Amino acid sequence: MDILNAFVALLNYVMIPATAYGAQLALGALGVTLVYGILRFSNFAHGDTMAFGTAMVILATWGLQALGVSAGPLPTALLALPLGIAATALLVLGTDRTVYRFYRREKAAPVVMVMVSVGVMFVMNGLTRFVIGVDEIRFDDGVRFLISAREFKQATGLSEGLALRGTQVLTVVTAGLMVWALFWFLNHTRTGKSMRAYSDNEDLALLSGIDPERVVAVTWIIAAALATTAGTLYGLDKAFKAFNYFHLLLPIFAASIVGGLGNPLGAIAGGFLIAYSEVSITYAFKKVLGYLAPEGWEPEGLVQLLSTEYKFAVSFAILVVVLLFRPTGIFKGKSV
Amino acid sequence: MNLRAVSMFAAMAALIVLEGMISGWNTALGLLNMGLISAIMALGVNMQWGYAGLFNAGVVGFVALGGLAPVLIAMPPTPGAFSAGGWGILLAFAVAIVTLAVAIWLNRRLRGAARALAMIAVLGAGFFLYRAIFDPAVALVEAINPAGTGYLGGLGLPVLLSWPVGALLAAGGAWVIGKTALGLRSDYLAIATLGIGEIIVSILRNEDWLARGVKNVNGIPRPVPYEIDLQNSPAFVERAAAFGLDPVTASTLAVKLGYAALFIVVLGALIWLSEMALKSPWGRMMRAIRDNETAAAAMGKNVTARHLQIFILGSAVCGLAGAMLITLDGQMTPGTYNPLRFTFLIWVMVIVGGSGSNWGAVLGGMLVWFLWVKVEPWGQALMQLITSGMADGSALKAHLLASAAHMRLMTMGLILLLVLRFSPRGLIPGR
Repeated sequence: MDILNAFVALLNYVMIPATAYGAQLALGALGVTLVYGILRFSNFAHGDTMAFGTAMVILATWGLQALGVSAGPLPTALLALPLGIAATALLVLGTDRTVYRFYRREKAAPVVMVMVSVGVMFVMNGLTRFVIGVDEIRFDDGVRFLISAREFKQATGLSEGLALRGTQVLTVVTAGLMVWALFWFLNHTRTGKSMRAYSDNEDLALLSGIDPERVVAVTWIIAAALATTAGTLYGLDKAFKAFNYFHLLLPIFAASIVGGLGNPLGAIAGGFLIAYSEVSITYAFKKVLGYLAPEGWEPEGLVQLLSTEYKFAVSFAILVVVLLFRPTGIFKGKSV
Repeated sequence: MNLRAVSMFAAMAALIVLEGMISGWNTALGLLNMGLISAIMALGVNMQWGYAGLFNAGVVGFVALGGLAPVLIAMPPTPGAFSAGGWGILLAFAVAIVTLAVAIWLNRRLRGAARALAMIAVLGAGFFLYRAIFDPAVALVEAINPAGTGYLGGLGLPVLLSWPVGALLAAGGAWVIGKTALGLRSDYLAIATLGIGEIIVSILRNEDWLARGVKNVNGIPRPVPYEIDLQNSPAFVERAAAFGLDPVTASTLAVKLGYAALFIVVLGALIWLSEMALKSPWGRMMRAIRDNETAAAAMGKNVTARHLQIFILGSAVCGLAGAMLITLDGQMTPGTYNPLRFTFLIWVMVIVGGSGSNWGAVLGGMLVWFLWVKVEPWGQALMQLITSGMADGSALKAHLLASAAHMRLMTMGLILLLVLRFSPRGLIPGR
């Protein structure tokens, strides 16, 4: 029995990666849920908005690096983030003006809007590939490890190492700040309140003189900021690859539906729920159980519930269970 | 079909003939065959979207499920594989089904905390039992000559039989997903099908015992003769000489024509069936449901059940097309199942052709496939033209030339958006 080593192994391989991944999913799901709450359709282009935003951040990072600017211990991408957000916001505002506004005025059915967002997804995907190509790009610089496995082993004398990467801490801190700013904005500013009013009851909001175009524009800007940040954090944590962001779409949708579409708090909870389930179900618990089991009782197999290739199945299973038992999500979202 | 539709099909035929005269008949027939398969996929998606307004974002999954059928039906069984692990795998599936049945039964009988606890206990125990039987059986099957087989193999039956089986497989998948996601709000189906599509493809990629995963299954039997057999047959060589063709060219053309004939028969049957269905009272009911669900429900129509029906039918057609595709390729390559190519491209075909119109779906399938193939060389040529003034070796020129390959995604997206915006009824409008 070695509880301490088991705990460190669990922390190192499950808790820390899942927390970082959960924060990225939560930011992505927040964007989807906001667009859903205000514009009332599931935005299939969100994954590719993330990819485009990240591509812009990478370009800006390269520019800054060429100028010799760096953020010291932090990744340069953090400095480039505002530029990336601005570029992405311009793109989605342009998309709204040229594409979505027409259907909004026509009061098109939500499923037509979804179809339109698929078209936008294609174009954005092509645009991203056009701008930055399809290769894997690593753009994290600055301090790589806050705690390295070797140092941790030396300092504590445990046989199990604990590694904490700079990008993981950065992900959680940035996501926390973003969420805090978003909730402050939604709850304390006039624009934020008018957004919530518009989401709750469109007709009443219009009657009270809220300008719908303004609400929609602000929503898109926030969605672009959330998407770019989520995409950049994901890219810093793993690596940037244009096509990976399309695959993030499923866990992101699952997170926002689990939390109740249109419900920001639910999106965050959903993001962490999906991330923790995904990581812990695909993690091989052999090591952890090996420390916990009494002498001679160590498990022989990997004790892995599902192989990592099936991580989509986890988000999907959670999605199906929620759809079957609570179609409006665990936090009561909308069902238009 | 009216004059407009006839002239459009004539134009499409002219495009293919033109292609044949410019780049050779082999290419043109290849385009035609893939166009026919795309047309069948588009017919399936059109049933779901055009007749009922259902958004299936997992077409790739149903196509892949259909593509499994030629492997399971037509490949010879791997000697010893079934006796080694086949029964174990079947037993594991039986355990899984019994577990689910018990869980569903408990879900109906119990209430509150007892229900949750019992469900978790049954599902958990069932899962571990399933894995305990399944994993060793799979290891046994995959250990048999892993470089050559390492999978259960098929039944060794004629490959044409696999087409209806592919449709059945896809229909089964559609039933499961439709049961869960239909009857809820419309985008939920889109998201759930997106998920099932990803999962089916990842199962095909990773379950080596089933269809060798990314190691691919090659040499799936054909419904048409092999080129080499034709070339060795004196009768064929003689007849080719009568047309003024050398045996090699003639044999490739004959094989492709054989496939085209088979595909045209299937496509014709499907169109006839779906046109009859649309004209029947059933078709009127489907249109009524699509146009106003509330009114149709008020008239006593069971909207969710009809949606489930049409969803299964449409997916079955996609599965049929998937089986035909694998038969045409002669190999199962799960790595090529890309959602952009097999889900969203099919959507572009349906929208461009005209939602709700069967002939439109066929035309859209052929035309968009033609464009999908041609846009890449056209993009290359365009980029060559744009960059021709730039200095050789400049980074921008290299980047622009390299990125021309991605032009077709953007082009397809633009076509989809433009058609949706300016001509939402498509080339051949449906009713």
